[in-house]
Amino acid sequence: MNVQHFDTIIVGGGHNGLVCANYLGKAGQKVLLLEASEHLGGLAATREFYPGFKASVAHAINQFPEKIVSDLNLTKFGYKQCTESMKNIALNLKGDHVVVTQDGISGVPDKEVGQYDLYIASLKRFAKALQPFWMKTMPRMGGNTLAEILTFAQIGLKLKLLGKKDMRELLRVVSLPARDLMDENFDSELLKATLSWDALIGSTQAPRSPNNSILTLLYRMTGMHHGQYMIPEGGIKTLIDALTNAAIDVGVDIRCDSKVNKISIKADMDGVRAKGVVLKNGEEVTGDRIISALDPKQTFFDLVGVEHLEIEFMNRINRLRTDGYVAKLHLALSDIPNFNGIDIPNNRFIIAPNMDAIEFAWDDAKYGQCPEKPVMEVIVPSLNNSALAPQGQHVLSANVMYVPYRKKGGWSEEAKSIFIKKLLTTLDQYAPDLSEKVIHAELLTPADLERDWRVTGGHWHHAELALDQMLMMRPTYEAAQYQTPVDDLYICGAGCHPGGGLMGAAGHNAAKVILK
Amino acid sequence: MTTDRKFADERLKLSPFHDRQAALNLRDSWSVWNGYKFAEYYYDAEYEYFCVRNTCGTYDICPMQKYLIQGDNAEAMLNRMVTRDITKLQENRVTYVCWCTNEGRMIDDGTIFKLGPKKFMLTCGSPSLAWLKKASFGFDAVEIEDITDTLAALSFQGPTTFSVLKAMGLKGIEDLKPFQIGYFDFAESGLMISRTGFTGDLGYELWIQNKDALELWDKLYSIGEDYGIQPYGESATNMARLEAGFIMPYMEFNEALKTVHYQHDQTPFELNLGWLVDFNKPLFNGRKALLLDKKNGPKYTLTKLDIEGNKPAEGSYIYGDKKCSLEIGYVTSAMWSPAVKANIAMAMIETEHLQGEIWAEIYYEKELRQYDKVARCSIKEKPFWAPSRARMTPPENY
Repeated sequence: MNVQHFDTIIVGGGHNGLVCANYLGKAGQKVLLLEASEHLGGLAATREFYPGFKASVAHAINQFPEKIVSDLNLTKFGYKQCTESMKNIALNLKGDHVVVTQDGISGVPDKEVGQYDLYIASLKRFAKALQPFWMKTMPRMGGNTLAEILTFAQIGLKLKLLGKKDMRELLRVVSLPARDLMDENFDSELLKATLSWDALIGSTQAPRSPNNSILTLLYRMTGMHHGQYMIPEGGIKTLIDALTNAAIDVGVDIRCDSKVNKISIKADMDGVRAKGVVLKNGEEVTGDRIISALDPKQTFFDLVGVEHLEIEFMNRINRLRTDGYVAKLHLALSDIPNFNGIDIPNNRFIIAPNMDAIEFAWDDAKYGQCPEKPVMEVIVPSLNNSALAPQGQHVLSANVMYVPYRKKGGWSEEAKSIFIKKLLTTLDQYAPDLSEKVIHAELLTPADLERDWRVTGGHWHHAELALDQMLMMRPTYEAAQYQTPVDDLYICGAGCHPGGGLMGAAGHNAAKVILK
Repeated sequence: MTTDRKFADERLKLSPFHDRQAALNLRDSWSVWNGYKFAEYYYDAEYEYFCVRNTCGTYDICPMQKYLIQGDNAEAMLNRMVTRDITKLQENRVTYVCWCTNEGRMIDDGTIFKLGPKKFMLTCGSPSLAWLKKASFGFDAVEIEDITDTLAALSFQGPTTFSVLKAMGLKGIEDLKPFQIGYFDFAESGLMISRTGFTGDLGYELWIQNKDALELWDKLYSIGEDYGIQPYGESATNMARLEAGFIMPYMEFNEALKTVHYQHDQTPFELNLGWLVDFNKPLFNGRKALLLDKKNGPKYTLTKLDIEGNKPAEGSYIYGDKKCSLEIGYVTSAMWSPAVKANIAMAMIETEHLQGEIWAEIYYEKELRQYDKVARCSIKEKPFWAPSRARMTPPENY
């Protein structure tokens, strides 16, 4: 049997793998993209969770770069960014909610409104100063190439241009616990909780955790809506479809249901080199280079194997924090849900009455328990994309914090149904007749995401977004520039700089390194 | 709490041979090695050294660290860790190895015993369990057991050692080749013998379960009496190993995991152990860094020196000229060698200056007066002491 040969083989058809494949295909490479499941898009894949009802784990977009949209001509392939972001609504039991939009806030005293304008203006300046670095390969520590020196110089210059006052303030706030920044600025508990939400979600961080949650917030503020979320016309599916069709258009060979079991290694006196992949069905395909869009732990431990990598490197990969703490709730609804005080629920709702509620939910989770009082972010995606549910019916999609990957006693169907009941009770407080409309409820715990979406720890970002695991430390030195210690093996997933979220920057940056 | 128990955990551990060794330690000269009470010398270091070179001696290596590493991936795990290719090591053979950080700095040296297809013993000077755990992480089916405190061991070295073992009735001892392992009927648990040592001469290392240790000692000393047997301590060992050209931690090298300052540790190439580094192996820890070190040439090279005169060059600086204006290195170990009858030393010398003149500035004392001299050095490629009797099989019988 002839072994097929490609310029590049990409393992994993999530959005980063797709973005990377597009750039390489556009540059004329013969690219093969292999996806284990039947869907492309990874956590952004839209799938049927109940007959007639569909949802994607990643349910909204806040930072997908316009550069990638235009470079890959994604609008030609049906992707349409929404010019309007969704309103962020912090739900209040009584119905007098706090509303955060890209233009400002309402539902709080005037004093808070003015303070918010100051607060968001400074965060926007900081986010803008950091913006160039997310779409750029980080320099190596001690790296002496011109490109590396220029990047360091650019970091310095960007900070300098902020001016003395802002520079001091940026350095002060990036490492602040979310709670400190919120308490300094605001009085409204509801406002504080909802503004800290985007600094915390997806991480093992709560408002009081000493951490760099504000840096994460600035990272999320990179997009055109400065951190506000939107759903593209036609839903998340249009982004993945556009990336897929654009890839096909530039000749990328895409194969689903093609799980890669091993990266085949040529090990001889010249060292260790990746030369191909072995599929689950035993088929071997070779390539000049292999790119893994999988998380670092799977890439190095499962696909490469510990015997091909040095001791300290593997110990650093092993100690990456990769336990997920966000569960996904999908509800198939017979009718549109009625939230107290809301006309049409085409917004992004935050259910977290105050920062203590978030803190206490984390306290439960860090000892392996489901939160007694869960906090969550809710949208109704079927309002943006009617194809997600049968006529007149709807899908509710919620990110639930904090739900432990390692639940004490383990995850069972019983444990899940108890927790679903708790979630519905919580939702009913804000949308009183919701439970009655539920046709089917699906809860995806981090353990489910690990098993079915093949992501270690069920972690959205493949590895926690925290200062020690970011920038030139992501996933760890010796692999932070998309190259790895194994020759011809690259990585391009969310475990690389800049990280996760529906952004595609890692895929973009990896392709740039390869095409250099 | 009685006074005896009060500091129980703080007290030094006693080797299984301690009772006999304490009786023979006429000078009560004790030191410490890995928490064990351990003889610096018993009567007189030079006397013990001459026993090792002329008759035979025992050196207590119970405090040496011993790890049993077994399982399907034991070989793969060790092979990634050490710089040598141990897939070539045959069963019942021993090999000398070193292992490095990923920066190519040497962590430690030691020996690997291949006890079975999937069973190895690693011995080394300092506790290494943490590193072994790190090195085995990710390998399925590798078990690591620290057997330091349960497997007693004596290094038995010198020209009459073979005669003693033969007189003990150990059948087949005459066939044991250098670096080979043999098993012999002895006491209840049996005796493992490897033809290995740290003196460069004929010698064996004897491995036995703790409970049978004293029985082994008594047998050795009753038979050995006619063959000049004598226990020797750290001082005599240090003399013998220098003549043999073996390196010592904290003299020739610093363990890389314990140094604070970068480059206060060494690479195998700096230590003249390049022959231990097998680049035919696709991967081992430190390979990329060591390739670079080899290509660029090590900054220093550990060099064996024959120095004029008879004043040991202990702690001397090494210069490239007699005027001592160009400093090029430092002495790591030095002695007057009675066996070779030469003033010998090992020194770390900047590789680029090895071709030129080499001078040692030697300070010495005579009846409380300090003197110094500058002595010419010449490089020795081979070990100072390497008698052919060390390699003969069967060895000479006395």
